[in-house]
This record gives sequence, structure tokens and C-alpha cells, in this order.
Amino acid sequence: MSDEVEIRGVRDMPAMAMSLGLMTYNKTGSWRNMTPVLDPEKCNGCMLCWKFCPDVCVSADDPPVIDYDYCKGCGVCANECPVDAIEMIEGATPPSGRAEAPEPAATP
Amino acid sequence: MAEKKEKKKKLTVPEEELMYSGHLACQGCGATIAMRYALKALGPKTSFAIPACCWSVIDGPFPYTSLGIPIFHTAFETAAVMASGLKAGFDIMGKTDVTSVAWGGDGGTTDIGIQALSGAAERNDDILYICYDNEAYMNTGVQRSSQTPWGAWTTTTPARHFKKLPKKNMVDIMAAHGIPYIATSAMAFPEDIVKKVSKAKDIKGCKYVQILASCPPGWKMVPEKSIEVIRLAVNTRIWPMLEIEEGVYNITRKPRKEIPVADYLKLQGRFRHLTEDQVNEIQEIVNFNWQRLRWLEESTQEMKEKYGRATLSVPAG
Amino acid sequence: MKQVVTGNHTLSYGAKICRAQVVSAYPITPQTQVVERISEFVADGEMDAIFIKVESEHSAMAACIGASAAGARTFTATSAQGLALMHEMLHWAANARTPVVMGNINRGMGPPWTIWTDQIDSLSQRDTGWMQFYCESNQDVLDSMIIAFKVAENENVLMPAMIVLDSFVLSHTTEPVDFPDQDKLDEFLPPYKAKYTVDPDNPHTFGGLTGPDRYYELKWLECEAMDRAKELIPQVGAEFGEWFGRPHVMVKPYRCDDAEIVMVVSGTIASTTKDAIDELRDEGMSVGSAKVWTFRPFPSEAVRELLRGRKQVIVIDRNVSFGHEGIFCTETKGAMYNEADRPSIRNFIAGLGGRDVKVRDIKEMFHLAQKDDTPDPYWYGLKT
Repeated sequence: MSDEVEIRGVRDMPAMAMSLGLMTYNKTGSWRNMTPVLDPEKCNGCMLCWKFCPDVCVSADDPPVIDYDYCKGCGVCANECPVDAIEMIEGATPPSGRAEAPEPAATP
Repeated sequence: MAEKKEKKKKLTVPEEELMYSGHLACQGCGATIAMRYALKALGPKTSFAIPACCWSVIDGPFPYTSLGIPIFHTAFETAAVMASGLKAGFDIMGKTDVTSVAWGGDGGTTDIGIQALSGAAERNDDILYICYDNEAYMNTGVQRSSQTPWGAWTTTTPARHFKKLPKKNMVDIMAAHGIPYIATSAMAFPEDIVKKVSKAKDIKGCKYVQILASCPPGWKMVPEKSIEVIRLAVNTRIWPMLEIEEGVYNITRKPRKEIPVADYLKLQGRFRHLTEDQVNEIQEIVNFNWQRLRWLEESTQEMKEKYGRATLSVPAG
Repeated sequence: MKQVVTGNHTLSYGAKICRAQVVSAYPITPQTQVVERISEFVADGEMDAIFIKVESEHSAMAACIGASAAGARTFTATSAQGLALMHEMLHWAANARTPVVMGNINRGMGPPWTIWTDQIDSLSQRDTGWMQFYCESNQDVLDSMIIAFKVAENENVLMPAMIVLDSFVLSHTTEPVDFPDQDKLDEFLPPYKAKYTVDPDNPHTFGGLTGPDRYYELKWLECEAMDRAKELIPQVGAEFGEWFGRPHVMVKPYRCDDAEIVMVVSGTIASTTKDAIDELRDEGMSVGSAKVWTFRPFPSEAVRELLRGRKQVIVIDRNVSFGHEGIFCTETKGAMYNEADRPSIRNFIAGLGGRDVKVRDIKEMFHLAQKDDTPDPYWYGLKT
């Protein structure tokens, strides 16, 4: 399945309201008002942040990478991190070198 | 994305994701975390019947989805039987390897949907019912359900008149049906969810798993404590983790340290109005219920040793 | 092969020869025999089907929807209170585009408890998106069922269908029914090939939240599907006639050619009316009758074609919409309104709760309709 689906009119529609694309088109990073910042130096690679992320936006890498396109800023990762390697900073903007928080997607 | 690096530690739950980013759950949503682990256990050969609940919204609007498995959205009171119908359809079409799951909230499962669930359990239909229990009607704005615990605020049990009835004992209700597998789990314990759901998947017949899942807005708490609060629910013993097989109770997690239930309650605004006496009352309830469960565990295991089962006897064949 | 069977068993044998794959039902008088016989068929291996014996009609419909969504041909049967309990899921079946076929034995709604026929139960489901076929004989029940499966499962339709028959008058009355040869029927009604299925190998979410920007179009698609059904039903009805010798049309006229007056009827009253027409003709009256077979889709064009230019139309309704009039009457009036030479339309309510409607009653209604002082609608036979 592709991401964004274009439905202009009734002839583009299936008979039944069925999914034709993935919600990944919806960059939920725009919801964020707090931003997690991971310090790779402190990270012990326990993967708890990956495991507990409700938005599936922490990668299973070592060190993990946070996908700011989708991170809603809930803070679970920072709260669960046993070595305080993740800090929640004010605002939606990730630290330098990162992309800005995405624009909110149009209402689907 | 940074380039893939070598993993330092072995992951304790499967890496494969069948739930994707971009979904519409609130920040720190427990129901969403529960779904993520359940899908890791179930794998792609799975279908979901979802009644009215938070997950009717979380998945995303038409024409989108956040899951890599098919979902059939269904009416509030029909999740169990919709899963039964789908299963019958799969079977007769020769797709016998599909796990048919009903996935509902506590209201849709233990209130309005209990009739259809009881029916499916009585018939022992080959389905897996997973209830994500956030202890109120959260999708409609936090109204009390039969799973709302004693003492809790909801919008229909305001703090001055908090709920003065206990949480309905759904586990024993399901146990009374004599179905092959019943379990409770909690969304702060991914390995436990994966283990129990995987086990349920491989058992033929009707299986019931109830997963306690926090709801930051409904429980009036900060989202970052979403996991912590559920860990406390288990460790304070207000939400015991257990399995019931053939009527035999098995408490799967027995916290060594006694942690006061107040630690669990104080994280949540929904219990803020409670007096110290009332908190003590809850502690007494928790203590008693735990003792009762220990007793059930001992006695049913003794029965199992003596008679091979602890459910009502059924004719062979 | 001809067999003497009740209306209920016609549905059971119908489900078997139509090769329904999943049946789910809950017992209610007068429907019970339908599912009793099907459970025997399934238990004895005469039917390659799964029978889910649910705890309510609401669940019966839900199970059928689920099985249909997984690609199976599905059947259920109910009556009155059971149908009313299903109401929510009737909408669900239609909106999910699952072509479930159901037998509904018309029975009055309680309270007070009644088990005898009238059409209020099924007509109350008018706007659920179900096709409704009203039957006048057990043969009609079988033929309607076969045609209903074929139309409902057409990929341009995908809407559910209800076979409606009068309780006891048909459900428990034996009549000779001509059952088609199985091989021939299998050719006429091949296995259901679902267009959309719940399938882990091709996963989609069905029925997710839909906003005002898209819901409206989905409703239009359902209306379009019903319009297609309206085109398809007479085609399949004619095809059925070629294959099995009994053609079916949505509005079936009887001695209407030169009739100044036409009596519009449905269900078993339609067959009784034919006898009344014969007698009235013998008495020199210029009258015929029209059986409305499908209530949804409503055959407005066929009704107009038949009734245009007549002097009078008399609609006998075994139902009533409280606060208005008979429901078939309202529909007939609606169909005729824009006609320049529309007839006057009179309405009789009769036979509610299974009160017998005999030939002489129908004749009496005809004569009452000729009097200016007969109230309209008129509750025929009301004990005052």
C-alpha cells in the first residue's frame, strides 16, 4: 500500500469504506510540544525506548534514532530510560542538525 | 534515518512491526502500546474484528489504516461474534491458518459486548478475544464502565460521587465458561503480552486475554507515566497477572516487595479526591483479593493434581 | 423435482441447494423449522456448511456479515422481534456491502405477543439497504431465494436481500415446490466470488471512521447499487424463466389488460386476490390485480407503466405506518405522483396480526372503494 491516497470523487472509491493507504502519510510530529533528545554517549543500548514507544518512531538501532516526523512527544522514552540518556526539551523543534517539526497534514 | 548499526543487545520482543507510525492515538496511549505487542505475537496471518472503541479511531480514517493486518470494524456489541463469523468464513474458504481476533475496549467487551462474548465462549468458537482495559468509556469521553474500579472519578461518576462499586470480575466470569485459556496482562510488560498472546494463538477454542492499558487523558495523568503507572498496577497487586487453563489459576507474577497501592493511585488524577481512609480501604480490598487469588491458585492446582482439571466436568467426546 | 414442503422447509432446502456456506441463526416462532432442518443438513454432512448457533438474532446477523466479509455465501432466517433486534446489523450488512440472504417470516410485532402474520416487521426495515422480496407461494419463496443470491452477489450490486413470507399462511403450509436440478442450479448460481474480502494476504481495514467529505459518496454508491439491482432483478427473473420455466417480474399483473381498476397487493394476499378478481370479472367489473414482488428496490417504473391511465387503484396493505397509512400505498402514490393521468388511489388496511383475508373480504374492499363515503385509509373488518 502506498501512503497518501487521492480520492477526487465517487468513481475513485471502493464500494465499501476500505483502506487504500497507510497512516504514515500523517506526520504526527506536528502534535509535539516537548521533544525527546537522545544522548548517544549515555545510551546503554537497552532498547526500552524502542520497546515502549506508542508511535513506533524509535528505531531498533544502537543507539536508537528517534523519527521526529512521527514523535508526538509523549515522553514515555525519557521516563523509561534507565540511564537518563533521553532529555525532554521544550518545544517541537529537535536539536540542530535535525529537520524542523513537520507541517500538520491536511485533515484526511 | 541514520544508517543501520549493529545491535548491542538482543531484543526481548519480536522486531517485526505490524503497527505503523502516523496513527491517531493520544500521546502515551496504552491501548496502542498493547496493540503493538499483540501484533508482534500474532504475526501477519491475523484478522481483527474491532467494535466501537478507541481503536475505531486510532487506526485512522477511511481510506487509511495503521496496521498491517486486516480489520473489520463492527458494531459495539458484536466483536466476539464478528470474529466467530469471520473465522467460519475463513475456514469454509479453506483459509484455516488465519487467527481470528476480536479486539475491544472494556466497555465493548465486558458491558455491551458481554452477551456475544459469552455466546462465543459457550460455543468455544476458535477465536482469540483481547480486551484492552482502560477502565472506562474513553473514546466517548471517560464515562464509567463495569471495569471502572472503586473510588475512581469518571465524567459520569464525578469526584463528589466517585464510583462506589467494584470492578466487575470479568476473569472469573470467563473462567466460569470453562474456555481453554484465560489470561490477564498489562501493557507495561511487553514480554508477558507476547508470551500470553502467542500461547493463546496456538490453543484451539475460545481464548480471552484482558490487558490493562493506561489512558493518560482518562486517568488524568501525564503521558510519560503511561508505562510506569501500569507497572505499579501490577507491582501493587491491584491488577494481578494470571493465567487460567482448564480452570487452574496461575499467578504469573508475584511481586516480592509489598508496594502500597497508594503509590499507584497517586499518579492518577482520577483518584485525587480520595481520603486517606478511602485509600486504606482500597488497600484492604487489594490485600483481600490477592489472598483470594492465592487461595484459588492453590486449590485449583490441588484439584488439577487430583482430578486432572478444575473446570466443571464434561462428557468425553 | 417436485416436493411437497412448507414455506419454512422451502427456505431450508433452498439454502442447501443454493450451497450456503455459513448459516447463523437463532430460533423464533415461526422461523424455527427453517434452522432445525438446516442443522440436520449440516450435521448429516448433506450441506458443506458451518452453522453457528448463536445466542441472539443480533449475533446471527453479525456472524453472517463476518462470514460474508471473509468471502462465504451466507444465509440466516428470522422473524418479527428477531428482525427488529437485528436492525442495527441490517444496516451494517448493507453498508459493509455483504450480500447476506435472509428469510424473514412476517409476524406481527409485540406487545401484545403475537405469532401471526403482518408486514410491519419487515417494512420497518425499509431504509436499511436490504432488498425485499414478498412471496405469494412456497414456489415463489424458492425462486426468490435463488434470484436473490444471484442479484445480491453480483459485483455491481453487493447488497443483502430478504425473502419475506407470511407466517403460517406459507411458513407452516405445505405446497408442491419444484426444486431445480442441482447441476443446472450450480450453473445458474455459481459460487460467490467476493470482490472485497477480509484477507491477511491482502490486508485492508473495512469500515473505518469516515468524515462528511466521503461518507456522502459512499451512500450514493449504495443507491447506485440498488438502482443496478432494480435493472438486474427483471433480467435475472427472465433468465430464471428461461432456465427453469418460471419467469419473474417485479410487478406481476393479473387480468389487468383492459382493467379500469387495479388492486395492488403483496404476499399471500396477492394469490387470494387473483380469485377475487376472477369472481369480480364474472360479475362484470373491470378489475385486475398487481402483485408487488420487490418492495426494495421499489419498482416505480413498472408500477407507473401498469397503473398509468387507470381509473382507480386500490392498495391493500397488511401493514400500517402509524400516523399515516398503509406502506405499499404510500410507495404507490409516490410512484404515481408526477404522472399527468394518475388514477385515484384508495387504501385498505387488512389482516394485521394474521387475521384472515378471504376472497369475499377482497371483493368487499373493492366495492367499498367505489363508495365516496368510505374513509381513507379504511381499516377493513374493524370490529366496532
